[in-house]
Amino acid sequence: MEIFQVVGLGLIAAVLVVILKEEKPEIALQVTVVVGVIIFLFMLGKINSVLTVLKNLARKANIDLLFLTTLLKIVGIAYIAEFGAQVCRDAGSNAIASKIEFAGKVLIMILAVPIVFSILELVLQIMP
Amino acid sequence: MDVDLIFKIAGLGILISIIDKVLIQSGRDEQAQMTTLVGVVVVLLVVIQLISRLFESVRTMFQLY
Repeated sequence: MEIFQVVGLGLIAAVLVVILKEEKPEIALQVTVVVGVIIFLFMLGKINSVLTVLKNLARKANIDLLFLTTLLKIVGIAYIAEFGAQVCRDAGSNAIASKIEFAGKVLIMILAVPIVFSILELVLQIMP
Repeated sequence: MDVDLIFKIAGLGILISIIDKVLIQSGRDEQAQMTTLVGVVVVLLVVIQLISRLFESVRTMFQLY
């Protein structure tokens, strides 16, 4: 099971970070970044399979692909913004973290605008 | 799962802190500072490659062009 590998890796990395913390905090921070990226790359295959299932379902239910691609984009932006914000918070700079989250929210809002428009059009069509 | 990357970076960090201490003991503080800088830059190179791999995979997977 992959979960054991991930948890084991996380615990070992936490111990390494504690060792490096007081001597070289900058390298300790980079170890946390590396572990985060490795765990995500490890989970990549699983996420890909979930995404393909979602795409097939959307195609079968012939939902407009715009919604699904926008949804995927939003999830991607949210994940990267979260990753960057957490790393900055780990490094102790909360101001930068909140700026990154702010930028992520703005980008997500921009992506959501076309969907809102299409919903409004749908509602207008239904209205007598 | 390139786990050895983590151990390489952690080992490098520990090595640098030891070299730092030795240099500080022998009175060469500026060289200690230099080795710390070099160590951080080397680790940064590795981390930046890994982060670019992450961004590439997220870009292709979530179609974030």
